[in-house]
Amino acid sequence: ERKRFYQNVSISQGEGGFEINLDHRKLKTPQAKLFTVPSEALAIAVATEWDSQKDTIKFYTMHLTTLCNTALDNPTQRNKVQLICAAVKFLETDTICYRVEEPPALAELQKNEWDPIVAWAENRYNVAIGSSTSITGPNIPASTKDTFISHLASYNMWALQGIEYVITQLKSLILSMGLIDRHITVEKAVLLSRLEEEYQIRRWGSVEWAHDYDLCELRARAAAGTLFVHLCSESSTVKHKLLQD
Amino acid sequence: MAALGPPLRTLRGLLRELRHASAGAGRPYRDTPAYRHIMAAFRAHRVTSEKLCRAQQELHFQAATYLCLLRSVREHLALHHEYHGKGERSPDEVAGLVGFRLPQQPGGKG
Repeated sequence: ERKRFYQNVSISQGEGGFEINLDHRKLKTPQAKLFTVPSEALAIAVATEWDSQKDTIKFYTMHLTTLCNTALDNPTQRNKVQLICAAVKFLETDTICYRVEEPPALAELQKNEWDPIVAWAENRYNVAIGSSTSITGPNIPASTKDTFISHLASYNMWALQGIEYVITQLKSLILSMGLIDRHITVEKAVLLSRLEEEYQIRRWGSVEWAHDYDLCELRARAAAGTLFVHLCSESSTVKHKLLQD
Repeated sequence: MAALGPPLRTLRGLLRELRHASAGAGRPYRDTPAYRHIMAAFRAHRVTSEKLCRAQQELHFQAATYLCLLRSVREHLALHHEYHGKGERSPDEVAGLVGFRLPQQPGGKG
């Protein structure tokens, strides 16, 4: 673990975007590229992560920094099409489409909690998704996949890295789109993603060093990913209306 | 739209988290870029004549997401320190657990 070697963290604007300064040094990515982000709000959040480190730098808590590094370095060397395909492929094994038949209480809980989200997605994107209790999972029509592919294509590369990250963490494309579209909060998305775990916890009790630990980590990652997507794809304008005399 | 609650509660939560993050560092939390940015954003979106202002809701969702991030990272770190942070015991401690003492070897191990 590295010790905190800097006193001050600040932001500056360079040619490629916003940069992070640790004392007088400019932050670099793991592949030694200059760390630049397109959004000032994102830069401020990353700077806050670095400034929050106490004696040692705990990289595993710096989720936004990690996401920016991934977007800048692209270590898996995937292009936009490959990212989108990886994301949409998750639909075939989407958590909220994969149902159990027993115990009946859990099956009921899945129906009550997950059906509304599936319905929302089907309505919002005008697609057919459905759910399945079979071991092979739901049968997603090709037109549904195409709709999601073309929808995701409207996001830029950075936002797509974020989207794919959230999908991998939550194990669900539909829950991730619910987050991106601001239909559900992070806490709710994480709860729905961990529905079976929460059911077992309610039955058998919670083990703080495992359950709460995992819950906090998943919340942090999903929140970071969602915030990352929104900050990388926003364009905010303030319209000033004329005051009526 | 996600059920978010009153924006004031989100803002208060955010300020509390920023205070936690700044504790121990040199500057007070009001001096940080994060504080200034959040306050400016909340102030700018406060005044609107529309009941369902989309930009306001977008900002509130973003703020709530950031609050979730800060809170979860802090809680995760606290849990980590409490349960997973101790590391291994030294040979002396291990011996002490069962009542033994390691021998004194002035010349070091043989």
